[in-house]
Amino acid sequence: MPKLTINGVEVEVEAGTSILQAAEEIGVEIPRFCYHDRLSVPANCRMCLVDLEGAPKPVASCAMACGDGMVIRTDSERAEKARKGVMEFLLINHPLDCPICDQGGECDLQDQAVGYGYDRSRYHETKRSVPNKELGPLVETVMTRCINCTRCVRFAEEVAGVDDIAQLHRGEDAEITTFVEKTISSELSGNLVDVCPVGALTNKPYAYKARPWELKKTISIDVHDAVGSNIRIDARGREVLRVMPRLNEDVNEEWISDKTRYALDGLAKGRLDRPYIRNSRSKKLEEASWGEALALVAKKLKASDPKKTAALVGDLADIESTVALKDLMAGLGVANLDCRVDGAMYPADNRAGYLFNTTIAGLEDSDAVLLVGTNPRIEAAMVNARIRKTWLAKRIKVGVIGEDMDLNYPYAHIGDDAAALSKANAFFKGAKNPVIIVGSAVFKRSDAQAVLNEINAICEKSKVVTKDWNGFNVLHSAAGRVGALEVGFTPAKGGMDINKIIKASADDSLETLFLLGVDNAELINGLGKKTFVIYQGHHGDLGASNADVILPAAAYSEKDASYMNMEGRLQRAQKAVSAPNEAKQDWTIIRALSDSLGTALPYNDLYELRKSIRAHYKHFPAIDEVQAAEWKGIGGKGTCIKAKFTPAIDNFYMTNVICHASKVMKDCTDSFIAQGDKAIAAE
Amino acid sequence: MLQDKDRIYTNLYGFESFSLKDAQKRGDWDKTGSFVKKGADWIINEMKASGLRGRGGAGFPTGLKWSFMPKDSGKPHYLVINADESEPGTCKDRDILRHEPHKLIEGALLAGYAMGAHAAYIYVRGEFYNEASSLMIAVKEAYEAGLLGKNAAKSGWDFDVYVHRGAGAYICGEETALIESLEGKKGQPRNKPPFPAMAGLYSCPTTVNNVETIASVPTILRRGGAWFAGLGSDEKNTGTKLFCISGHVENPCNVEEEMGIPLKTLIETHCGGVKGGWDNLLAIIPGGSSTPLLPKDVCDDIKMDFDSLRGAGSGLGTAGVIVMDKSTDIVYAIARLSMFYMHESCGQCTPCREGSGWLWRMMMRMVDGNATLEEIDQLWDVTKEIEGQTICALGDAAAWPVQGLIRHFRPELEARIMHYRKQAACAA
Repeated sequence: MPKLTINGVEVEVEAGTSILQAAEEIGVEIPRFCYHDRLSVPANCRMCLVDLEGAPKPVASCAMACGDGMVIRTDSERAEKARKGVMEFLLINHPLDCPICDQGGECDLQDQAVGYGYDRSRYHETKRSVPNKELGPLVETVMTRCINCTRCVRFAEEVAGVDDIAQLHRGEDAEITTFVEKTISSELSGNLVDVCPVGALTNKPYAYKARPWELKKTISIDVHDAVGSNIRIDARGREVLRVMPRLNEDVNEEWISDKTRYALDGLAKGRLDRPYIRNSRSKKLEEASWGEALALVAKKLKASDPKKTAALVGDLADIESTVALKDLMAGLGVANLDCRVDGAMYPADNRAGYLFNTTIAGLEDSDAVLLVGTNPRIEAAMVNARIRKTWLAKRIKVGVIGEDMDLNYPYAHIGDDAAALSKANAFFKGAKNPVIIVGSAVFKRSDAQAVLNEINAICEKSKVVTKDWNGFNVLHSAAGRVGALEVGFTPAKGGMDINKIIKASADDSLETLFLLGVDNAELINGLGKKTFVIYQGHHGDLGASNADVILPAAAYSEKDASYMNMEGRLQRAQKAVSAPNEAKQDWTIIRALSDSLGTALPYNDLYELRKSIRAHYKHFPAIDEVQAAEWKGIGGKGTCIKAKFTPAIDNFYMTNVICHASKVMKDCTDSFIAQGDKAIAAE
Repeated sequence: MLQDKDRIYTNLYGFESFSLKDAQKRGDWDKTGSFVKKGADWIINEMKASGLRGRGGAGFPTGLKWSFMPKDSGKPHYLVINADESEPGTCKDRDILRHEPHKLIEGALLAGYAMGAHAAYIYVRGEFYNEASSLMIAVKEAYEAGLLGKNAAKSGWDFDVYVHRGAGAYICGEETALIESLEGKKGQPRNKPPFPAMAGLYSCPTTVNNVETIASVPTILRRGGAWFAGLGSDEKNTGTKLFCISGHVENPCNVEEEMGIPLKTLIETHCGGVKGGWDNLLAIIPGGSSTPLLPKDVCDDIKMDFDSLRGAGSGLGTAGVIVMDKSTDIVYAIARLSMFYMHESCGQCTPCREGSGWLWRMMMRMVDGNATLEEIDQLWDVTKEIEGQTICALGDAAAWPVQGLIRHFRPELEARIMHYRKQAACAA
């Protein structure tokens, strides 16, 4: 443990700590541009130069490891002069166009120029200009502003695993560019905007929308996949303008996927902002008041036989509304409940059988990862980034049973159907902490039980699950699913499951169906004409267009709600903006409906509801925490069929109603997904 | 003055062939195996005793550098020979490569053995096509004669030599940029520490030496470190040195001379003197373009060795002596060097990338005098902001020539500015 002195303060740090990190520990700020906690250290900006006693030159504090007895000064004349010099050099060819730059107000260059630079310019020569690059619909470039810190290059190379951008040429002509004019094909490209310390890479859809000081910042949770990325929602008035990542080492570190960041324009489009009732004669949806809509729903629910009534919750449902709906249905005596709306039949009574048991951060301890029937890059980009991080650090073995795909790290393609499972034990040979990640699509297969049974055997044989290591994981792609499973929104005693409910509807034997944000095409298209469908949700998508009554609700940015991610981590989202017009928070709609039914639910505010949840679901972890599940094995009898494994999602950018309404996601589909097809056609 | 019997490079001018047969006649590859059998410590001690300092410019004691290689790292060790000679005014390695390649190859085996390396990479400047060809022929000859490969020169040590041609970037002469380039990456210097001796080529212990350093090794071992140390001006500046004299002299040449020879003697003896006589001398850049120039009054009695030149505010560098007589536009000459450094900056770190261009632009205005008197101080200040703050020494190299100009020719700069103003006033 080296002990050193920084600005007269003695500090003892772990061996290998850089001077910059040591200074941070004692609250001494050292300015930097190229240095980033999570990226390699090139020491090229030279902004962090400090004075090391006895050294002939100032040293780059980001790259110099602390040594015993070092005496560092960050406030000496030499250090200050060095910083001023570097700052001056960075600014001479910088356009200084802060008034028209989107980074203005949150720009490292701007802040540090004020803090550490000269107060005037001595540069009277011509400035350099650099042509802009076309990086696709998400990232805007103004390359003249670039200070060549190469954070973007390192992020792309190290975290995202794409080598699309680099610094080309040399000296003054050096520029960050793609090798051949092409877009950056990464699901994490939005993070380039965050790592860029200046306004060279900016958020394209957000361009010229707002200044950071105008925005109200709300900390929240993302619902576009089942990772539960921690986000910050930036809004002005009632409009969500920007989504930014928030640090959570256990979940998303400090990155988010492009869908999380850019699908927000879908929040303002295609919204259900008032109740609708289908006119029985014209068969058209007509605007209605809340009173009329709730009265009609109550009337239908009362009149309907509980055995012929069902309720389903969809991909984006929060825990509070799921519980309220479950309580409401229990009051009516309805047992036909289910949340597995995509047909993936998770074992409802076996927590370890549907959770991501290893946890996302726990993947870093693994030494062999087997992916079965899943493409984590599409289904849960942050999980894929974590696997890549682990691979980068330890060169772990990765095996794939399923489609051949581009995962940004090398893997062994073991096979594409269930027969390949027999080779899994050989794959895991020698592994101490093996991990199996099973895609949600596996649970949709007709032979799911048999496949899981084989996986169960592998878990035993290869010690995937032991007393202190659970390497069995289910990769979900819907934010609401695990929460709904945890509160038991599955068939009550004697109730029908999802498949039977759909079949009953198709047979016209289902009278009333309550959909809480269910828009899955397969399910909606399978419903019979005679079922009275109540749809509660926030977007006028497939579910709403087939409904008889629409109850408009709030989207994730408009409500205080809890979600559980695939690990079973309980997280709270907060309301950033108000829901449009007459749309209400989900649980309040159900609470109001219970009033109309005359059987008021026993909670009058969110606090009481949450208290009730705590009382009923004792296994719930504390906020932001995970409750480990007991392993009881998985799978059942049956024989595997020959069908190939397919991932649950084919288009990363189009997975829920918010994405469907988003123009940016449509643009992404056109330029990334469709372009891929075109390239193949040209070949 | 160096006597003929003490010359190391007896075929410097290529009067004889570079082939193995002729090289052996000149004494190369004589008893090479026996030196290896004396052990690595003997070689390193002999090198330390010789006082040989690195000939690439920095002048770091060679024996000491070799002793930094870890003894048991568990990784392969590498010797890398820097033949990326690109410093303007310097052409000594070039003549070794084309006329004395066997000295280099023999030196590589001895140096490689001393540092525990089984392989040497010779990184040859991209423009040196013919030189690389000669070297490759010599390497082939050595392999065929059993002087390289398994049990090289019957020493019991396996040794391979690989010749790698660069693509013509000045910065690849910087040792860590050279290593990056050798690894197949963009030639950009690495941050130090770690130094190459700990983590160099492919993250293995590596020593990078200049061609002249390595090519001097066999003769030093054959004649003894004491012989080498007996030459030169003092115990820290020993041996012989190749000087490359160019510019305004009657006969520009490469010559091997004793370390510490007076500059005036060097020029008058070997180059036929400055054009128009010694009094026509304006200034001399003593050690390749990156060293600050010396005005005539300093040149009159300066000795050409590391410490004397450092004392005069310059450096021996590569000993590329550039002579400028009074016909020279000294400001433009230095501006041209600024342009070179701007062009060759790798663009990795800020002060050099941005500062070298700024220097050149200001220098070009100084050439005409289109500047203010205060800008001379600003120019000085900018060189100080570059110097010592970059990853590699290219930043320093860009700054020093300008500093030398301001230090010794400030009146010239001021006169130009005043003249320009007067003209502008008349025109108005």
